Formats: sequence, C-alpha cells, structure tokens
Amino acid sequence: MSNNRFELNKNLAQMLKGGVIMDVTTPEQAKIAEAAGACAVMALERIPADIRAAGGVSRMSDPKMIKGIQNAVSIPVMAKCRIGHFAEAQILQAIEIDYIDESEVLSPADDKYHIDKTKFDVPFVCGAKDLGEALRRINEGASMIRTKGEPGTGDVVQAVRHMRLMQSEIRRIGSMAEDELFDTAKQLQVPYELVQYVHEHKKLPVVNFAAGGVATPADAALMMQLGAEGVFVGSGIFKSGNPEKRAAAIVKAVTNFNDAKLLAELSENLGEAMVGINEQEIELLMAERGK
Amino acid sequence: MKVAVLALQGAFIEHEQMLSRLGVSSFEIRQKKDLEQSFDGLIIPGGESTVQGKLLRELELFEPLRQRIEKGLPVFGTCAGLLLLAKKIENDERQHFATMDITAKRNAYGRQLGSFYTEAELKGIGRIPMTFIRAPFIASVSETAEVLATVDGKIVAARQDNQLVTSFHPELNEDLSVHRYFLKMAGL
Repeated sequence: MSNNRFELNKNLAQMLKGGVIMDVTTPEQAKIAEAAGACAVMALERIPADIRAAGGVSRMSDPKMIKGIQNAVSIPVMAKCRIGHFAEAQILQAIEIDYIDESEVLSPADDKYHIDKTKFDVPFVCGAKDLGEALRRINEGASMIRTKGEPGTGDVVQAVRHMRLMQSEIRRIGSMAEDELFDTAKQLQVPYELVQYVHEHKKLPVVNFAAGGVATPADAALMMQLGAEGVFVGSGIFKSGNPEKRAAAIVKAVTNFNDAKLLAELSENLGEAMVGINEQEIELLMAERGK
Repeated sequence: MKVAVLALQGAFIEHEQMLSRLGVSSFEIRQKKDLEQSFDGLIIPGGESTVQGKLLRELELFEPLRQRIEKGLPVFGTCAGLLLLAKKIENDERQHFATMDITAKRNAYGRQLGSFYTEAELKGIGRIPMTFIRAPFIASVSETAEVLATVDGKIVAARQDNQLVTSFHPELNEDLSVHRYFLKMAGL
C-alpha cells in the first residue's frame, strides 16, 4: 500500500465511527459541541432549518467563519460545498478542512455532474438515498457516505427510508449469484468492482452515517439499530431548548444504542425538541437534489 | 483468555477483527456492567480522545479501568488510546488515565492533509506498515518507558511494563504483528 489519499481518507471516517457529528454556526457552538462529545463538527453559516426558512440560494460558508471554528476546537472540522461546485471545494481544501460535505442542503451548482472527488487530497462525504447513489458517489471519490434524510425538518422518516433501502439492497446483492452482479452494476450505473465488493463484504466500501432529521436520542438509537455507523445531527441540537444536554444525550445514545433502559434515562428532561415540520408539509425536498 | 476492547467511539471493530484473525476472543466495553466479565487485556482504539475521555467518566468506567491498569492489566492504546494513557498532553489541558510516563502531542501532524502512510522498524518486530490519521506523537518518554519506534525522529511507539502505545493504527493494515506483540506481552 502506498501513500494513497483515498485509503487515508476512508481511514479518517473509520475513526469517526460510533460518534456524532454536529452542525455548528459559531466558535461558541463548536466548543459546546466538542464539550458535549461531538467527534467532529460541521461548520456552516446557517443550519438547515434556517436555510429552509430563509429560502433563496444557499452557498459555501465564509472561509473566515470556518477558520474561526477550526481555531476553536481540536476535533475534525467539516464544511459543505454545493453539489458540483469544485471551486468551492478547492477553497475548502486550501483552508485545510478535514472533510468536505458535497451537500444537497446547499443549492446545487451543477444539475448534472458531481465533483470529481478523486482530484482532491481532502476527503469528501456525500449524501445518498439508495445504494446506487452511494456507489456512484464512491466511484467519484467520496470516502464516506451518509443518508440524505430530509435536512432541517426534525422528521426522521426520510433518513429511515434511505437507510432501510440501502441496507435491503446490500442484503439483496449479498445473496445474489455471481453472474447476476453484472446486470446489477448496469442497473445501478456503477462499476462492476463496486457491486462485487458489496456482494463479498455485505457492506459499503466506506463508512456509512445517518443524517437528516435526527432530533432525539431515540432517533439516533433508531438509526444505529438500522445499521448506521454514526450520526450527523444538524438543526436538532441548536434548535432545541437545551443544546448542551441534548447533544450529550445523543452522544451517549449512539454509544449504547441497544440499551433501552439507558436510552430512557437519556431521554428524560431534555427540554423542548426542535419543532420540526412533517415531510408532507414541506415544499422543497432537498433529498431530490443530486442523483 | 479474553481481550476487552473499549467500544465507546472510534475504530474498535477493526481491533476485534484483528483479534479474531489471531484466534483470540474479545468483547466490547460500552458501559459499567460490561466490566463484570473477566478479561486479560484491554485495547483502547483510535477515535477522538475528547469523546472517549468524556464517555469513560460519564459511564463510570474511568476509575475502575484506571485502577486495573495501575495494577498491571495489559493495555494497548492506538492513537486516541495513546492520548488516554499519556501522563501529559503537551497541547491539551485534559488528562485521562495518565498511567504511562510519556508526554504526547495531540494532532501533532496537523489536520487531515497531514495524515500519511509509511513503513518503519518497530523494536522486537521489524519493519511494519504504519498508518497515521490526524495522529499524535510522543514528545518525550521518562526513564521508565521504552521507545519502540521512531519516524522522522519522532517517537511513534513505546512500552512501559504492561502498557503499549502506538500513534499509528496497526488495526488498519493487514499486518498482525503488533497485535501479536501485545498478546505476547499479555501472556496470551
């Protein structure tokens, strides 16, 4: 093995497993997140719920604001760029971001092509709502996958749908005869080697997190039991009544996702959860961006 | 004979897979009641030391584990595990088990762009693959700890009696020799 950036970048995602990555908009929030046990933070100007409320075009955050967060914490710092916006990604790489999220939460910059992530030294995480999307992003160079969910809603239904779909497709491919894999690769529009990997290992070739609509310790535990290897929490923390307490509770829920008794204790007295909007009530489906 | 793997956060499954390839059974420590099982060695995996350190305390695992390590429980810490065992962290006021007489430097190679792979000698084993992910290194060791490996003049592996630490991740490569070394150390 050589000094292969893709391998090293996949390895960083492995270190994040079993952890919670939290959206933060200021250095103060970043410190709260770190103290509460976040394994990384996502630096962005507005959390998804506010992006949704404000409407309009949503772009990469101000590098100065991101640097402020990088200086405030010792854990990895991630930031989002628009789908297909490789210049934003170049800027994020120039400020030595630890992970770039090529994200449907921002307005897409390209309605056809995603970023060629193999051209970058820093790692990328991308959203996916099914196995085909996940493998296409990995083929483009993503070294970590997350469900798209429906960001900024506090409604976990889409994250559940995406995770269940991915896992059931993985199980289906895992049980296929080898000569059936060629046609599956064709249907999913991905290289045969990636389908073969899923067939052999019964998992994605990279780490797979849950994201989009996670708002409570129970939501986090649900996603972990459905097979997520860790959780992103966006609006759920800093849109709630007691961010410190809720953040710490979600961290513990991810570690002990199978212990209902502990989950019950963790769910007590967390104050108000983010209000949330149901899937049916929203006009903009971010998960439909970038396939 | 069993090895416990601290499974609060990070790359613990990778260690369990290494142990299973070596034919050693393992189990995960996620909360206090997991300590009721007996075990002959402990692995502290890579991940974020801030997260693991916090969860160790809040889940009431910290003091019982610290006492066992002090009493001689064989322990192997990789990356974040190294930081948890170090007596001092140069650029972090936090201190965790602090059972090993070394001073570590956190994120010593910078951000993810500074992560790298290399091969180097480890005393008693030979040349092995080493993967460094936002890794720490050991700035200094006291007389009681022995340096096992250096890369570019920086200490990346050390041992002190029952405690073994590496700032790289043997669990991310195919090579089983460091885990084998630990098991031998633990008398397994």
